[in-house]
Amino acid sequence: MLIIRCPYCGERPELEFAYGGQAHIARPLQPSDQNDEDWNVYLNLRANPKGWHSERWRHIHGCARFFNAVRDTRTDHFLATYKMGEPAPEVPST
Amino acid sequence: MTRRYSALSLLREGVNGQRGWEPAWRNPQAKARYDAIVIGGGGHGLATAYYLAKNHGLTNVALVERGWIGGGNTGRNTTVIRSNYFFPASAAFYDFSVKLYEGLSKELNYNIMFSQRGMWTLAHDRHGLEMARRSANAMLLNGIDAEFHDEPSVRARIPGLNPDPRFPILGGINQPRGGTARHDAVAWGYARAASALGVDIIQNCEVLDFIIEGGRVRGVETSLGAMRSDRVGMAVAGHSSVIAAKAGLRLPVSSYALQAFVSEPVKPCLDTVILSPATGTYLSQSDKGELVIGAGLDLYLSYAQRGSLPWMERAAAGVVELFPRFSRLRFLRQWAGIVDVVHDSTPILGPTAVDGLFINCGWGTGGFKAVPAGGWCLAHLMATGESHPLARAFGIERFETGALIDEASASGIAH
Ligand SMILES: Cc1cc2nc3c(=O)[nH]c(=O)nc-3n(C[C@H](O)[C@H](O)[C@H](O)COP(=O)(O)OP(=O)(O)OC[C@H]3O[C@@H](n4cnc5c(N)ncnc54)[C@H](O)[C@@H]3O)c2cc1C
Ligand SMILES: [Zn+2]
Repeated sequence: MLIIRCPYCGERPELEFAYGGQAHIARPLQPSDQNDEDWNVYLNLRANPKGWHSERWRHIHGCARFFNAVRDTRTDHFLATYKMGEPAPEVPST
Repeated sequence: MTRRYSALSLLREGVNGQRGWEPAWRNPQAKARYDAIVIGGGGHGLATAYYLAKNHGLTNVALVERGWIGGGNTGRNTTVIRSNYFFPASAAFYDFSVKLYEGLSKELNYNIMFSQRGMWTLAHDRHGLEMARRSANAMLLNGIDAEFHDEPSVRARIPGLNPDPRFPILGGINQPRGGTARHDAVAWGYARAASALGVDIIQNCEVLDFIIEGGRVRGVETSLGAMRSDRVGMAVAGHSSVIAAKAGLRLPVSSYALQAFVSEPVKPCLDTVILSPATGTYLSQSDKGELVIGAGLDLYLSYAQRGSLPWMERAAAGVVELFPRFSRLRFLRQWAGIVDVVHDSTPILGPTAVDGLFINCGWGTGGFKAVPAGGWCLAHLMATGESHPLARAFGIERFETGALIDEASASGIAH
């Protein structure tokens, strides 16, 4: 069982959380200017690294708030979790 | 030396003290140049190598596997084979695969133990029932065998179902031609047959990079050195994004862990395959007697190949809910594989932006059933440069054109 630290509530079991995909993706400001290729990038193409990944989680069965996390997808080890709007922590190079 | 497997050769070797068997496949040195290179020694890569040789006469072929063949998802899956899809393009493709499976033991001279014991999807509420009817109708329209059953008929066919379940069993659909096969045998059978036709199967050899010159693939860099070829096919499942990135490609693929486990072996008690989407589990019984139980995806990116505890618990609870009599069985083994999930649960099989580099991935949680057809179509593409008619709709360009084949929402194909 993963133990995940909600930045608002503290450490809780994985059961209470929902994964929210890659973090720091912004919706295009001018949707009408986007072509098919841009939409593909925005809708479908996501980082899928074997290593550190910045991602969103939601403490859905707790405070229900979204927050960000950096996790190593090789081990599922969390480097850090942080509130929305806070700068991302520095990610190790490997 | 005994090559062909038959009752006669068994008898002869029995009398000769089993001394004449030769290894099922050769263990060759990698050559510097090939006519085609296939990356990934799972079912899809091995089948591709075999059909390159068998269907297209290309025998100067290398299959490069980082670990041992069948050590990826092919050796980790729960071996359910079926073609109960919704859209015509998927149904045609997967049913072609089931048909190839029906003749595969003979084709490869290797017993893959394909047992067409039927494959049931249970409906636990009114909406599930409506989806089941719709799904059965779609299958019949696609020319695939399907039976809709009401509750008494489900219970008559599957003894031992919980008489008083929390999630009522209202009905279900059966695909009688569905079933299971021995996963290792599929990998080994293709490897043996491909090797006999001249394919070099190179294990413990990791592809580290591509050799690309002028936008065209010219080979691969591996842990055993460079191998050149103007045609490279990749079938690396959960590692597709990682390998594609070496060629500068981005894929709409997410890698997730999917887990399964088996119980201790018991006497035969379940002679079909049962999927219960509502309780989050599916199960069958292997020929050894173990119950083979599959859980859901851990829905966060991972290459850790473990499988989470909550999902394991949920699947186990689902089994006990369906069959209270299994509640005292002990677990024997648990494992996970890293699967390559795409939004529409339809494979990606086609050319890439790099000339000569072809891709086979996106099988997600259900690509074992597709092994023969996936290999057939990737071989066709690599040999002729043209997509096989059965795989034409599976190109990666669909994510840009929007022509998705959304089996995820249409047939409720898991995840
Ligand atoms: C628990 C579980 C249950 C499943 N149940 C079913 C089921 O019941 N029915 C069904 O149809 N499907 C099922 N699946 C899905 C199915 O297993 C896969 O879709 C299928 O096996 C994929 O085959 P493949 O050949 O593409 O991949 P794999 O068998 O994973 O082969 C890919 C190979 O590529 C190799 N590789 C990776 N990187 C490199 C590199 N750099 N160089 C060289 N080689 C490399 C890997 O080592 C691996 O052997 C299940 C999967 C899992 C994990
Ligand atoms: Zn919280």
